[in-house]
Amino acid sequence: MAEQRFRVYVCVRVGACVCMCLGLCVWDATPPETTTTSAGAHPKDDFQEELVIRPLQSGDVYASFQFRTLWETDFMKGNKVSHYRLFPKSLGQVISKFSVRELHISFTQGYWRTMQWGQPFMPSPPGAELWVWFQDSVTDVDGTWKELTNVLSGIFCASLNFIDSTNTVQPSASFKPLGIGNVTDHRFLRYATLPREIVCTENLTPWKKLLPCGSKAGLAVLMKSEKLFHSSFHSQAVHIRPVCQDSECTTTSWELRQTLNVVFDLHTSGQGKREWSLFKMFSRTLTEACPLASSSKIYIDITDNPQGEQFELTPATHLLSQAVVLGDRRTFSVYDLTEANTFGSMRSLNLLIRWKSSDMLRPLLHAERYVAGYGLQTGEIHTLMYNYHPFRSFPILLLDSVPWYLRLYIHTLTVTSKGKDNKPSYIHYQPSKDRVRPHLLEMLVQLPPNSVTEVTVQFERALLKWTEYTPDPNHGFYVGSSVISALVPSMVAMDTNNTKERPLFSSFFPCKEESSYFVRIYTEPLLVNLPTPDFSMPYNVICLTCTVVAVGYGSLYNLLTRSFQIEEPNPRLAKRIANVIRRLRGVPPLA
Amino acid sequence: MAAPLTVVLIVAVTVRACLFRSSLADLIAERVEVVSPLNAWKRVVEGLALLDLGVSPYSGDVFHETPLIIYLFHFLVDYAEITFMVSSLSSHIVLYCLLLSLIVTSCCLFVDRYLLNPFTVLSCVAKSTCGLNNAIVALFILSTIKKNALLSAIFLALSTYQSIYPVTLCAPAVLYLLQRQYIPVNVRWASFWWFLLQYAFMYLGSLFVIICLSFFLLGSWDYLPSVYGFILSVPDLTPNIGLFWYFFAEMFEHFRLFFLCVFQINVFFYTIPLSIKLKEHPVFLIFMQLAVISIFKSYPTVGDIALYMSFLPVWSHLHRFLRNIFLVSCVLLACSALFPVLWHLWIYSGSANSNFYYAITLLFNVAQILLVSDYFYAFLRREHHLTYGLYLKRKDGSEATLVLK
Repeated sequence: MAEQRFRVYVCVRVGACVCMCLGLCVWDATPPETTTTSAGAHPKDDFQEELVIRPLQSGDVYASFQFRTLWETDFMKGNKVSHYRLFPKSLGQVISKFSVRELHISFTQGYWRTMQWGQPFMPSPPGAELWVWFQDSVTDVDGTWKELTNVLSGIFCASLNFIDSTNTVQPSASFKPLGIGNVTDHRFLRYATLPREIVCTENLTPWKKLLPCGSKAGLAVLMKSEKLFHSSFHSQAVHIRPVCQDSECTTTSWELRQTLNVVFDLHTSGQGKREWSLFKMFSRTLTEACPLASSSKIYIDITDNPQGEQFELTPATHLLSQAVVLGDRRTFSVYDLTEANTFGSMRSLNLLIRWKSSDMLRPLLHAERYVAGYGLQTGEIHTLMYNYHPFRSFPILLLDSVPWYLRLYIHTLTVTSKGKDNKPSYIHYQPSKDRVRPHLLEMLVQLPPNSVTEVTVQFERALLKWTEYTPDPNHGFYVGSSVISALVPSMVAMDTNNTKERPLFSSFFPCKEESSYFVRIYTEPLLVNLPTPDFSMPYNVICLTCTVVAVGYGSLYNLLTRSFQIEEPNPRLAKRIANVIRRLRGVPPLA
Repeated sequence: MAAPLTVVLIVAVTVRACLFRSSLADLIAERVEVVSPLNAWKRVVEGLALLDLGVSPYSGDVFHETPLIIYLFHFLVDYAEITFMVSSLSSHIVLYCLLLSLIVTSCCLFVDRYLLNPFTVLSCVAKSTCGLNNAIVALFILSTIKKNALLSAIFLALSTYQSIYPVTLCAPAVLYLLQRQYIPVNVRWASFWWFLLQYAFMYLGSLFVIICLSFFLLGSWDYLPSVYGFILSVPDLTPNIGLFWYFFAEMFEHFRLFFLCVFQINVFFYTIPLSIKLKEHPVFLIFMQLAVISIFKSYPTVGDIALYMSFLPVWSHLHRFLRNIFLVSCVLLACSALFPVLWHLWIYSGSANSNFYYAITLLFNVAQILLVSDYFYAFLRREHHLTYGLYLKRKDGSEATLVLK
């Protein structure tokens, strides 16, 4: 009886538990729209890809890939974003964990030759460059910066962990935010370069993995490392910033741009013939667009070829587009990869440019930098800035970050234009602290028209501790590129409507006024030798110096503790032995 | 006595003026043997330029002078050459008066060693603030000899404020003033403690006043780690004629603090033993202390060496007891000639390395140590002979030899 009642009791309990579990599952299975607070089904995201190919005056070819993901979401609010579709999860987690407002990182191999190639769409200095604007909710910016560089180091397989306070600066005027937001307190800005950083396949692979289609479909299939690194210039970058969706800026979304700029040299891969095709450049042709992309286009710059007299482009296309970029109006042939008939009957697109025979717009602003002087004690840094505009002068902002072991003497700073003194209207100088932070020099200089401006400053080379040298100390030490930011007068009117639909390559730098465009130029990095101690001698040096100190101590100790006495001479050895024997015999000793 | 002094002054001024106007002035101002990161003129100008730019001179690591130097040169920067020449001449006149009152014999032939010493000339032409420091130390010694305790304490406080090491000169000053007031140096005597307290009060009071004045000049305490922290922790390893730079360039990180403490204690360590041994001869004690400071300080220059070498004529009567003077002078001359040669070979030609310059540094310091200990030996030996007679005989009547046992 009791047993039966017990069994019924257990069944009822078990049944209740089962019903409760089922109810919970059913409750969980309801779609998230009815219970969560986010608006809409999924936050809207959009992916666009484009490739611009510009034949350069010197015979090289400039290819610029841009991949843009726009996502209307908010990383900063409480609910953690967990459903990632097109936006890469690793970068999204970086943004939310480190409260990043803007992140710009670039890896470059080679130096952009402005005078032969014109201006790049996305400038970058040789080596690695990273600059980040943090949100104003961050309390310990330096600690967050350190963690961020280490995490990015892991994401991009680069040695960004070498970024520390000795090569990080907080520019006060140069790197204003490129996205929306009115935070201008430069305490939240950090800028660092590693001019020594080498870029290779190891860095390209994780970069490609961040793309929604990876390297399997769309334009990214062209990125084969054996061809990409066999080039004169290679630069890959990631830019993250918040942007407005429309002109009233009612909604903001996060924009991720991944850019890859590469310049192929005619002579290394052309066998002398001046002819380019996608297959020759990338060893692949295109077969389809990325299915996740809303727009996938290729732009070929045909401005220098309006009637087809310089080169011939096959397969022909009737789509034309005009865009104003870098102060010039350029015409482009457009290939839309989302249209099936772009690929033709062979289902593959191989663009071919064949030259028939060969005047480039001379860039208005150009800069060079070099080290003068001889010996390992002192030196001078010379920065030359060329303004080629025939009648307009414009101001430029020069940022110089010099490592602490080159001790700058700011009283030797001279700025001369056309042989006369040109006093900068704004100088911000932060001297270095040994082993803590580098020098920071920012100047606003007015460049007179058609002139060369020279900035010189003297420095002294320091002797470092033997552990602070790299394993190849006679290679020298790198000094990062100077950054010159300027608003250059434009030949044509620039478009100030930043939210209008435009090709990606013309919409990176926001345009505030019609008569000028923003340009950023990087100079060469410098390689400077420092005097070295002898690395094989630490033990010897310690012993020898301590010996000298001990000689001093010993002489003074003797003189302090001993006193003068008359010396009694010691008898000769034979006499002494004789005396010992005599004493044993019991006979009186010798005198 | 006035005539030779005037002649020497005129010759010295002429030599310095010629060098200031020639192209050698810039060359000398950059030599590491003559200037150090603590007292280079280039760094003084840099500090003033930083002040003009609105940045504190102590926010970087280039400027390590005290605020009173900033204040002084704020007004005198255009007359720098005259300032250094005047300080050099005044040091010489002070030392001349000093030596006149100290010299035991009437032999005054080589009294004027300070001004015509090539080390002093180089230091003055390079406009190194070491010349100003030497002038303050010379004034301190003169006021001590003239029995003016207050002035002596003030000048000692000023020179300690400039570089920390002269604090060890407190002991000989106190001993000298006690001796002149016939107070025996005995811990049981109340007047000894009373005088000691008075002097310490005057010294610490003036030091306190000077430090607070420096605070009000620039409005912050930034100068304390920049000046005194720099002297004591030796972060800058620019080569000089001392022992610290290469030692700490090659030091294992783990032991750096230990050896830093050892080397700094080494400077202050000899004060008490020397004071006990030489308590009846405070003037010689001053000489010994100056020599120890100049050899073992963290950033020595030839200006520091010139200061203690200018005292050598006072003990010209010890020459008969000196044992190694020939060797020492040859080594000092050879090293002074080899310093610029090996520097050029290392830094400019690239055919030698840092070991060559380091070796000459070692040799130079050994020679200086030998010189100082030789004079000490000669002094002690003369004292012994004064007590026991000059020609000593052994028990059997033959000529005795004296040894230290």
